[in-house]
Amino acid sequence: MPPSAGDGPTPTEPTIPDGAGTGLWKDAFRRLKRNPQAIAGAIIVGLFLLVAILAPVLAPFGGDELPGRTEITPTNIPGPGEIDAYPLGLDRFGGDLLSKLIWGAQASLLIGVVSTALGLVGGMILGLLAGGLGGWVDSVIMRFVDILLSVPNLLLAVSIAAILGQGPYAVMIAIGVSQVPIFARLLRASMLSQRGSDYILAAQTLGLSRSTITMSHLLPNSVGPVIVQATLTLATAVIDAAALSFLGLGGGRPQTAEWGRMLTYAQAELANSPQLAFLPGICIAVTALGFTLLGESLRESLDPKTRKK
Amino acid sequence: MLRVIGKRLALLVPTLIGLSILLFLWVRNLPGGPATALLGERATPEAVERVNELYGFNEPIISQYFTYMGKLLQGDFGTSINTGRPVLEEFATRFPGTVELTIVALIFAIGIGIPLGYVAARYYGRFVDHGSVVLSLLGITVPVFFLAFILKYLFAIQWPILPPDGRQDPRMDATHVTDFYVLDGILTGEWDAAWDAFQHLILPGIALGTIPLAIIVRITRASVLEVQNADYVRTARAKGLMEKTIRNRFILRNAMLPVVTTIGLQVGLLISGAVLTETVFAFNGIGRFLRDAIFGLDYPVLQGFIIIIAILYAVINLIVDISYSIIDPRVRVS
Repeated sequence: MPPSAGDGPTPTEPTIPDGAGTGLWKDAFRRLKRNPQAIAGAIIVGLFLLVAILAPVLAPFGGDELPGRTEITPTNIPGPGEIDAYPLGLDRFGGDLLSKLIWGAQASLLIGVVSTALGLVGGMILGLLAGGLGGWVDSVIMRFVDILLSVPNLLLAVSIAAILGQGPYAVMIAIGVSQVPIFARLLRASMLSQRGSDYILAAQTLGLSRSTITMSHLLPNSVGPVIVQATLTLATAVIDAAALSFLGLGGGRPQTAEWGRMLTYAQAELANSPQLAFLPGICIAVTALGFTLLGESLRESLDPKTRKK
Repeated sequence: MLRVIGKRLALLVPTLIGLSILLFLWVRNLPGGPATALLGERATPEAVERVNELYGFNEPIISQYFTYMGKLLQGDFGTSINTGRPVLEEFATRFPGTVELTIVALIFAIGIGIPLGYVAARYYGRFVDHGSVVLSLLGITVPVFFLAFILKYLFAIQWPILPPDGRQDPRMDATHVTDFYVLDGILTGEWDAAWDAFQHLILPGIALGTIPLAIIVRITRASVLEVQNADYVRTARAKGLMEKTIRNRFILRNAMLPVVTTIGLQVGLLISGAVLTETVFAFNGIGRFLRDAIFGLDYPVLQGFIIIIAILYAVINLIVDISYSIIDPRVRVS
């Protein structure tokens, strides 16, 4: 009820707390900037991005070049510091480990981002249809999502890769499709929880069409958890991509610079050249850590329960 | 209670039928068609024709599906291309190994995860708490197969205190009754065989259990944090109950619900993780066999294993749901 003149005591001017009145996202961003966890995540992701983009400049050798082919023997793989031209040493095929790690960043980022984008778009379309239309469309879509969820994630990705054949595109699509159910469910649940809100009721009372309400009121207010999940999923996508190429589904040549594949071929060398497994492994873990830190601080900053400061 | 279980089982049927349709279509859309998929890529055209004839791949697709479903319902999941043995048999001989591995992984994850999560919540903001947060973050971000490498390098190569691969020392003259090697050793009184099999489970078990551990720590911590300041806990304390009673009967019991859900949700992760862990440790379970099936394009195995795993997955989640009502009587009503 709006206060009117002469209606009891005059209401005191409400004090607007700092930060209130700004949009949800602007507010969240302001809080993100103060969160050390978010800054750490952003720095890691930023460095990783930079390395991936500048790979052609930074890497001393090409991704699948084998400059040290003549330096390796079946029993001896030069390690870090042994030959000046290869600061981190060589791998089983005679590739420069440092160059391969740098090019590997590019491959991992590309697969991670493209697959998550595919999963996000696919999942949002399904979730939007299910949550927006409801009824039998909702039932059909959610049953389909249930079927996809009845198979463990990695197995689903592997099965999809089997149809598509091996190679980086197959890996991207496989991981993307295996993420669809998560995004679809999340968006639908989030939309359903918003449906009973007062502002939706208000929009309905104003006589707005169902599609306008869904697209310009329901969707923007429901998309928060999905964005958070997408950031976290980037971490999983990088790990899953490495897992699929570790299992041998990456396609291409054995010496291709890709972190997961480097681990596959490091297996036999573990006793004598552990760095061949440890360095790419650490790269995968640190990248995943960056995305996870960023995703979790984003979740915190959007969560109304923790939005005090 | 029985009605709830019946209803849940009935709900499972459409999901499994849908999955069987998807898997059926999957094999039919494989590069080279189903006959090539069954015979392998080096198949001659005559052999392909013979298989098409034999399996009825020339018949209308609907009748093919019903034949396929009929066989599935009789437990006929086809024959492995790589080994020539029935898929179900291959599954049955390898499944016990994976079950043993999963049990060790879960014991590791639950045994450390719940106490650590509880302690972290009790000492919120202190060193233990920060440590547990960092640990669980690392647990989630380090890939299973990389962790397996680290463990193998440290404890089997650098300090060889545990076996690097396999399920049991091949020199061990062990009798196998159930194919659960640890259990077999206990049943037959061959303690050395049981101990050897158990040692083979430790490293892969830890590698497999780390992600669930990280998740269980976080959920327990969050859940205890929420519960420990509840009014009924304060009342219990005011009544002068012993700290142990408050912890076990008031805090933990109420905090366990989300934890149990989480443990149920780990099953899929464990199966995915088993593929990777068993590959690194050359552990003869369903995971490694699946990996070989992927490499050898052994589609009957992939198809059969996926269906069996989906059924198990669903059944385990059902058991988890039922266990709620044991932990939380409030759920029993609905």
